[in-house]
Amino acid sequence: MSDFIIRVENLSKKYALGQKQEGYTSLRDVLSNRAKSLQNVFQKQQSKNQNSKGEFWALKDVCFDIKQGDRVGIIGRNGAGKSTLLKILSRITEPTQGRIKVKGRIASLLEVGTGFHPELTGRENIYLNGAILGMSKAEIERKFDEMVAFAEVEKFLDTPVKRYSSGMYVRLAFAVAVHLEPEILVVDEVLAVGDAQFQKKCLNKMLEVGKQGRTVLFVSHNMSAIRSLCTVGLVLSKGTLKDIGEINQVTDKYLADIERFNSSSTAVETKSFNLKEVKFYTPASPVIKTFDTVNIKVGFSGKEDVIEPDVYISICSLDGQRIVGLNFRDFQEIPLLAAGKVAEVAFSINSLPLLPGQYQLEVQLKDLQKNKYELIDRTFPFEVVETPVYGSRHLDKSWFGHIGLKVNSSMEIMN
Amino acid sequence: MDRSISSNKQELVIEAGRAEQQYWRDLWRYRELFYFLAWRDILVRYKQTAIGMAWAIIRPFLTMVVFTVVFGQIAKLPSEGGAPYPILVFAAMLPWQFFSSSLGECSNSLITNANLLSKVYFPRLVVPTSAVVVCFVDFLVSGIILLGLMAWYNYIPTWRILTLPLFIGIAFIASMGVGLWLASLNVQYRDFRYVVPFIMQLGQYISPVGFSSTIIPEQWRLVYSLNPMVGVIDGFRWAILGGDSQIYLPGFALSTGLVVLLFITGIWYFRKMERTFADVI
Repeated sequence: MSDFIIRVENLSKKYALGQKQEGYTSLRDVLSNRAKSLQNVFQKQQSKNQNSKGEFWALKDVCFDIKQGDRVGIIGRNGAGKSTLLKILSRITEPTQGRIKVKGRIASLLEVGTGFHPELTGRENIYLNGAILGMSKAEIERKFDEMVAFAEVEKFLDTPVKRYSSGMYVRLAFAVAVHLEPEILVVDEVLAVGDAQFQKKCLNKMLEVGKQGRTVLFVSHNMSAIRSLCTVGLVLSKGTLKDIGEINQVTDKYLADIERFNSSSTAVETKSFNLKEVKFYTPASPVIKTFDTVNIKVGFSGKEDVIEPDVYISICSLDGQRIVGLNFRDFQEIPLLAAGKVAEVAFSINSLPLLPGQYQLEVQLKDLQKNKYELIDRTFPFEVVETPVYGSRHLDKSWFGHIGLKVNSSMEIMN
Repeated sequence: MDRSISSNKQELVIEAGRAEQQYWRDLWRYRELFYFLAWRDILVRYKQTAIGMAWAIIRPFLTMVVFTVVFGQIAKLPSEGGAPYPILVFAAMLPWQFFSSSLGECSNSLITNANLLSKVYFPRLVVPTSAVVVCFVDFLVSGIILLGLMAWYNYIPTWRILTLPLFIGIAFIASMGVGLWLASLNVQYRDFRYVVPFIMQLGQYISPVGFSSTIIPEQWRLVYSLNPMVGVIDGFRWAILGGDSQIYLPGFALSTGLVVLLFITGIWYFRKMERTFADVI
C-alpha cells in the first residue's frame, strides 16, 4: 500500500461563482457588499439563499492512489474537474478541503509556451521558459541543442518569437516542455496543437518519459492518444471520481456511457412495417473499435403479411455518403412473415474495417413480392471509438478515408 | 540523476493552508527563475527604443534640472550645508525614483504575469521581487549621474559615503514593503491601478525630494517622518552630502521603524493573499 507516489484524500475545491465570473472585484463592490450584508442581518433568509447559490464545487471528495511509473489518463467531459485537479496537483491553487501527498518533483505543463515573451528571441525564450517550468540553468544548457533540434528552429534561434509562424512557436514551446525530467509529469490537453507529425513526435517523447519509470498524468479528449500512452484511466464526472482502473476497460466504459445516450429508442413505424429495434454492438465489449467483431441486429414486423421480406442496411459517413451496403437476401432467405410476427435478422462482421469516428446506419425494409422499398426516415448513429490503428495519432478522415486496413510494410533501398 | 534520488525521499503535502514550510525552501530553489524574470524585464524594457538604456539616465536628469530650477532658483530654498543644489536634489531623486518606479512595477507585476500565475507554480514572491530588482538596476544606472554631478562641482564626499549601502538597503526594503502591499491589493481590487500613479505623483512633493527636510518646522518634523521615504532620503543626503548635513535621529528612527513594519506586514499580507491569486486574477 505504501508504494504510492501520489495519494489524494478527500480532495475538494470550491469556487465562489460570482468571483469566478466577474473576473475581478473592485473596492466599491466590496464596500457595497459589506453594506448590503449589514442590511441583510435584518433579512437573514435572503443572505442565506445568496450564499448557497454563489458556490460551486469543482471537485468533491476525490480519493485515489497513483503508483510510481503509472501513466494515468484523466478523462471526463468539459467541466468535470480535470483541469482543477491538475491545477491543485501543480500547486497553482490550493484545495478547499482534503489533501494530496506527493513523493517527488512535479512539473506541470498546463499550457504550451507559458511565459513566452514575444519580444525575446527563440534562444532567450528557451531559457526563460525552462526556468519558469522549473529547470535549472545548467539543465537547460545541457539540453539546449536537443531542444533546438526537436523544435526544428535552428535557423531562427536569434529571431524574436513574435516573427515566428504559429507552428514554429508551438514546436519551440513544446520542445522545452518535453525535455523536463521530473519524477511526475502533469500534462493538460496540449497535444491538440501542431500538425499530425509533430503530435506523434510529442506522444512518442512522452511515452519514452513514461517508460523511464516516471509517472505521467495526462488529460486529453483524444482517446487514441490516451489509450496508447496511458496504463491507468481515471474518469471524473461533475467533480467526483467515477472510475479508476486499467485504461482500456475504463475508456470503454466511459465511451459506452456516452453511447447509451445516443442509441435510445429505435422503434420506428413506416407505411407497411414496424421497425422494433436496431442494434449495433460488439459482443465482447461495450464499445466498438476498429477491427472488432460486430453484430448488427434488426428486428421488425409487417403490418400485413410480408411475402418476400428483405432487409437492407448501409453504413454511411456523417455527411451521408454510403460506405458499404448489405442486403440480407444475398446471404440468406427470410420466409414469409405473418402480420404482427417479429423477425430478427443479424449480420455478423468479423473484422470491422472502419476507422475511428462517427457513422450512421441506414435501414431499409422491403417486401420484394409487393415491390415495397421503405427506407426508414431516420438513421442510427454509432461510433467507432478512438483506438490506435496506424499508431497513436488521430486519423483525419479527409486524408485517411473511412476504411482501415491491416498492413504489412516492407522496405528496400536500391542503389 | 542524484537529484531525483534525494527528492524521492521528501514528501510533499498539498493541503489548504499547508504550503508554509515548503515555501521558503521553494523560494531558494526558484532563485534562478527570479534572475530570469528580472533579466527578461530588463531585456524587453528597451527593445525597439532608439536610445535604449539612456532613458534610465535622461528621466531623472531632467527631473533634477526642473527641481533645481523651481526649488533652488525660483523659490530659493536653502541647500544643506555647502552642497550645490543639484547634488542635494539628486541625492534624494535617486532613492525616490527607485521607490516610485518600484511601486509602479511591483503593483502591476502580478497582473502582467497573470498567465504565469494561473498556469505554473512557483513562489509568487518571485514576481514582485524581480520587479523591484529591475528598478534597482535603473537606480544603479542613474547613480552614474550623481558621480557626474560630483565631478562637475568638484565635490568630494566624506567617509559617510561608505554608509550608503545601508541606506540603499533601507530604500530596498521600503520599496519591497509597499510594493508587496500594492501588488497583492491590486490583484483583488483593481482600484489600485489608479491609486498607485497618484501616490507616485503626490509623493514626490510630500517627500523631501526637491527641498531639504530641514526647512520643515521643528515641531512638525516627527509627524513629517511618518512618511517612510523621509528617513531614506535624509539618510541618503547625510551619507552623500557629508559635512554639515545633519540627520534628525528621532525622525529617522520612526521612518525606518515604519519601513520595517511595512516590509513585514507586506510579506505577511502577500503570503495570505497568495493562495487565492490564481483563482482571483
